[in-house]
Order: sequence, then structure tokens, then C-alpha cells
Amino acid sequence: MKLVRMKPGHGDVLLAEGDPAVSEDEERLIAEFRRQLDLGMWAAVPTAEGTRREATMVRDFAEVPRDADRVVFFPPAAGG
Amino acid sequence: MTFLIATSVVVLAVLAFVGFGPSVAQRARRIVPRREPREEIPAYDPGRERRAESRARELLRSVVSAEEYAMYVELGFIALDGGEGDGGYGYLLYPHRPIVAFDVHNGELLNEYCVGFPDRSEPSVSQRLPDADDVLAKWMSLRAGERELISMANMHVPGRQLDPGQVARDLIRLREWRARRVGAAA
Repeated sequence: MKLVRMKPGHGDVLLAEGDPAVSEDEERLIAEFRRQLDLGMWAAVPTAEGTRREATMVRDFAEVPRDADRVVFFPPAAGG
Repeated sequence: MTFLIATSVVVLAVLAFVGFGPSVAQRARRIVPRREPREEIPAYDPGRERRAESRARELLRSVVSAEEYAMYVELGFIALDGGEGDGGYGYLLYPHRPIVAFDVHNGELLNEYCVGFPDRSEPSVSQRLPDADDVLAKWMSLRAGERELISMANMHVPGRQLDPGQVARDLIRLREWRARRVGAAA
């Protein structure tokens, strides 16, 4: 699983990567996940079913499907 | 006599400076607020922005469907069905522009939803995401929680920020583009 974040002037950056089935990796992923949420980021998990693509917002690492490839962090929406 | 007075004044001034100078200076420093260092905003670098957009496009390509990615690259926006796809309305997602809702049957423009994704986590750098990231943020937010995003946006009638004529032309371009793809696939 990869945790990536959209960043101004960079595009996406890789924050952490690991196998959530391995406890050390999971701890690292959870720590980074929480850090991003503490920074106010939103987190989405992209999913695919056939040709249809979807996304699910998650607010806790426990909500991330175990087989998810990625979690994408991005700044929260604000009315313009 | 005058010489004596002048000498006394000079001596007193020197003694006062030596005696009270440091404490007066220290007090003055406390009273006058120290100027905060200015946040340095990096200069605009077209090369960096281009590389960022290139990376953002790769992320977009890996998340949205092949048709939606091709639409973004060739038309500059992504069209998305509203609701579960049977609501009779859709959205046009432009980079750093309002989301436009339209009637999928007759192309009538319904609303503009002004929403952005400014990155305020690091105030010293630009808050503006690359174009493809901005579109992807809109896409994921709409896919994951259409109602939440729309309720957060500022809603306006069409024409507030985007030229309705341009949007209408974009809808025509979209229809023609889709027809060409269907024709090419057949």
C-alpha cells in the first residue's frame, strides 16, 4: 500500500509505503495516515470495478480496505 | 565658569550612557516588536510547474477511467455524471474553475459551484495544486461524496465566473469528441 499526497509545485509525493499485513509497516502507515489527517488533509481510496472508477473518502486507517493499492491525500475543499 | 558647566554636563552624559545605556537599550528592544521574517514564496518556475503537472497527470491517469483521462488531455476538462448516473444531470470539471452542473438531455447550464483545494499546510509555499491534481480532487470528492462537496461549495447561477457561451461550446465539443471515439471504436 502506498500513501501519496498531492502537493503544490510537485504533483504527488510518496509519503509511505508498506504491507499493512506486516505490523511494522502497518504502524508506519498508520502514523503517516494520522499525521496527514492532523494536517487537515482529506484521504481518498481510489477503486476500480471493471471500467468504472470510484473513490471512497476515509477518516480512519481502519476504514482503508486491506487490499487497497493507494490512499491519496489532498487539501480539503473550500468554497471559492 | 561656563567651561566648568559644560565639562560637568559632558561627564554626566558619559556616566549616564555607561550606567543606564544597556538597560535602556534592552527595554527599547522589548517595547519595539521584532519584525517577523517574511515568508519567502518561491518564484514562479514554469519548468517546475510543468513537471508537477506531468506527475499530476500520471496520478490522474491511474485513478480515473481511460475515457476520462483522454477527455482531460484532449478537451481540458472531465465530464462526470451526477448522482448515480441516472439523475439527468452532469458536471464539468475544469482545473481551478468552478464545477458546472448541466442538464445531460438538453445541455442547459444549471449552476456553478465554486470550490477550491488550497493547500494551507505550508503557508510559505504556493497553495495552488497542479491543474490535473485540482481536477482529480474534484473528481474524487464528487465520486465519494457528491452531496458533501456541493453543500460546501458556493453556488451561483451560470455565468458568474465562466462564460456560458464557452461552456456551451465545450458541451458541443464533448458530444463530437464522444461521437468520434464511438466511431473509431466501431
